[in-house]
Amino acid sequence: MKWEVVIGLEVHTQLSTVSKIFSGASTAFGAAPNTQACNIDLAYPGVLPVLNEAAVDKAIRLGLALGSKINQKNVFARKNYFYPDLPKGYQISQMDLPVVEGGQIAIQLGDEEKVIRLTRAHLEEDAGKSLHEDFHGLSGIDLNRAGTPLLEIVSEPDMRSVEEAVAYARALYTLVTWLGICDGNMQEGSFRMDVNVSVRPQGQEAFGTRREIKNLNSFRFLEQAAKYEIQWQIDQLEDGGKIQQATVLFDPDTGETRMMRSKEDAHDYRYFPDPDLLPVRIGDEWIARVKGEMPELPEQMKARFAEQYGLSAYDAALLTASLAQARYFEAAAGDCGQGKLVANWINGEIAARLNRDGGDIAACPIGPQRLAGLVMRIADATLSSKLAKQVFDAMWDCDLSADAIIERDGLKQVSDVGAIEKMVEDAIAANPKAVEEFRAGKEKALNALAGQVMKASKGKANPAQVLEILKNKLTA
Amino acid sequence: MINASLKALAGQLAAGTVSSEELARAYLDRIETLNPLLNAFISLDRDKTLAEARAADARRAAGSAGPLTGVPLAHKDLFCQQGWKTSCGSRMLDNFVSPYDAHVVEQCKAAGMVTLGRTNMDEFAMGSSNENSWYGPVKNPWDVNAIPGGSSGGSAVAVAARLTPVATATDTGGSIRQPASHCGITGLKPTYGVVSRYGMVAFASSLDQGGVVAQTAEDCALMLNVMAGFDKRDSTSVERAAEDYARDLARPLAGLKVGLPREYFAEGLSPEVARVVEAAVAELKKQGATVVDVSLPNTALSIPSYYVIAPAEASSNLSRYDGVRYGHRAAEYADLVDMYEKTRAEGFGAEVKRRIMVGTYVLSHGYYDAYYIKAQKIRRLIANDFVEAFKSCDVILGPVAPTAAFDLGSMNNDPVEMYLSDIYTLSVNLAGLPGMSVPAGFAANGRPIGLQLIGNYFGEARLLNVAHQFQLATDWHTQQPAL
Repeated sequence: MKWEVVIGLEVHTQLSTVSKIFSGASTAFGAAPNTQACNIDLAYPGVLPVLNEAAVDKAIRLGLALGSKINQKNVFARKNYFYPDLPKGYQISQMDLPVVEGGQIAIQLGDEEKVIRLTRAHLEEDAGKSLHEDFHGLSGIDLNRAGTPLLEIVSEPDMRSVEEAVAYARALYTLVTWLGICDGNMQEGSFRMDVNVSVRPQGQEAFGTRREIKNLNSFRFLEQAAKYEIQWQIDQLEDGGKIQQATVLFDPDTGETRMMRSKEDAHDYRYFPDPDLLPVRIGDEWIARVKGEMPELPEQMKARFAEQYGLSAYDAALLTASLAQARYFEAAAGDCGQGKLVANWINGEIAARLNRDGGDIAACPIGPQRLAGLVMRIADATLSSKLAKQVFDAMWDCDLSADAIIERDGLKQVSDVGAIEKMVEDAIAANPKAVEEFRAGKEKALNALAGQVMKASKGKANPAQVLEILKNKLTA
Repeated sequence: MINASLKALAGQLAAGTVSSEELARAYLDRIETLNPLLNAFISLDRDKTLAEARAADARRAAGSAGPLTGVPLAHKDLFCQQGWKTSCGSRMLDNFVSPYDAHVVEQCKAAGMVTLGRTNMDEFAMGSSNENSWYGPVKNPWDVNAIPGGSSGGSAVAVAARLTPVATATDTGGSIRQPASHCGITGLKPTYGVVSRYGMVAFASSLDQGGVVAQTAEDCALMLNVMAGFDKRDSTSVERAAEDYARDLARPLAGLKVGLPREYFAEGLSPEVARVVEAAVAELKKQGATVVDVSLPNTALSIPSYYVIAPAEASSNLSRYDGVRYGHRAAEYADLVDMYEKTRAEGFGAEVKRRIMVGTYVLSHGYYDAYYIKAQKIRRLIANDFVEAFKSCDVILGPVAPTAAFDLGSMNNDPVEMYLSDIYTLSVNLAGLPGMSVPAGFAANGRPIGLQLIGNYFGEARLLNVAHQFQLATDWHTQQPAL
């Protein structure tokens, strides 16, 4: 039987606010345990939550970028359950009225574009961490993370392959980091994915029973876990088994998913509106203010780059893969006025090296100004492409400007006609055999002669000029 | 001196006829004598109290005293107070020393008031008799066989027995008004949002409101001036311009329209309470007030809706007492779940457990709509009843409780019977309105009976005005138990 895969994602993005969503404690990562947990985070008797509106701002940003509905009245609810790293015995989240509803995001699959619909995005607080090692049979609790703002972004079950799921997750990741609402640090848990997976016979309309893989913090794990889970479900069904709704965990060491709890064990969270918090009213003014603070969105910027700098859609897309990259491009292109050349360097040589070293544009040792300096010397024919590459290599390892390196290493391209003529004449005199071959009709011999001239000039002669002068001399 | 009102004591301090330290010593001595009998206080700390009193005297000497600097008071044991045990009447918090001050405590400290101690209460403010305290029942000074009312029984008894001139209290379903009524003192529950809940240990967040018990309405006004005010740490705190709650005290009552809700004078009201309330109405009429018949048709539904909403919120609010970070933890347990179960089984009393179970049930999947949502709809209807009623009157007047204080232990086997006695007080909390209890007479057995006054939203000044004018013409509030 042919099976169709159905996937939906719930992504917990940690919002990059300075303080927590309901207290003034810092959200900075990596502090000593329990040093960033105030009375409110510790849930002392009598303390009350106060909403950090910066978290709402960030949720609105996402909603605007996705074309979602921003609920002008949204409500915080309590999700009740006991766990040692959940200090209040409930998590403040949103249930019936989330801040963001609907919206969509486009994903690129090769040459094809597909639109994935969003169900909702709601604000909630993170829990603390339980530490089960180093305590000799006991558990340690670190509440530094308790109260960190999260935006849970829920997609519709619109994805039909693992590739689509990964593309969606990546597109969402690009967007939240682009918007500046999430620092994107996946190792620190800033972007955690729950994946709902089901399969159904090709052509069947009703969804199969889903299982949810919890808490994946890399795209690679997402891919591995979803692939394993799909195969597991198909195997079950083909063996005549049934899928039970369940929550499962992915073990990166074995590459397998395993059951965490079945539907029967599911909590009754007893949601109800949190009486300590008033409904959040988001008026037009609030939305307008956030709109005014939004950066240009990737799609808009891509179109503008293509138009303004005469770039291909492909190049523009590469440049807008992240906001940092796009800003780098614009800074360099603005400095030298050579968008096309700058784009070639970023998408070519720079991308190759960063890829090799596993870094992104922030790790590029050549800043946009220095790149612009190099590009200018190419544009004004000071550097041949070969020399440019040589200068670029030198720039990668030091912080000198292109001009300083050209000066230091004497790498200026020679375009002086007299000097080149002299070298051409020398080459003709020294290689009579090649001259004869050329005159006998062997075009290739010309290249050998040109090579001699370039060699004599230590690569600095303008190659186009060399060829032209050679031809003139030989056919004169 | 012990019998003086807050106002009078403030005057004596200002005149220099007494020092704060002398006052504090006098009250502490009296507490030492009478508390073993009455059990009104959970915590006392003579050294701390005297240090505060000396600081107040120094502040006065420095010329920076405010109107209430140096006046002693007692705090209900659910206002968090730094360095003091804040037990909420529960074994669960018997070892909890608060690391911070509630907003109300901060305000009283800033005013220079001196803490005499922490008053007893029904555990987590759940109860109408003060029999639900881990620290034992509080005794009514008028008759030690009678309950003092609850949950602010310790505060009410401390004022009635002149162990303090004034005490903070809280009211979730009548917990200020009912003990004030049973103890023959004056109590004020402000509009929801007037007094910050920051640092008040939560029972039912949408109903809890801090307030005061004192000898007189005037003292309540002076205290509310200290306690009220916007606090950004409480999202339900109402941001309004500061007001002087004593500004209308002297206003004559001529032209006042007093609404009498017919549902408050129906079946269930004891004849002697009815007689006391009628006499009070006659007094107000004598002063020029007119009486209007009003209706609060959903009054009877206040009991079921309150006993759904309050336990629902409580079941969630009390989840934090899990033995993990502070408070009681069972000595021995097998695993995490066992630790939770034993800790909470040992830490909470029967009434608290009952309400946690009821609250958990009404919020459960499949029952939420039938109970919680329905109760919220009724709550809206009840609030609308008051909006209608206040179209034709300035204040609403009625009984606080159906009877005078009942005997200790007489209702222990029937919690529902006890819930029913909250019939006249619950609606005020559900609607978020201000309410008062004012001493208005005595039952045949000598137990006090209070009169309830209900104001419109933010109508505290008018309410206090009516109570004050009533007290100018009557002496119920000056009568004291023989101790």
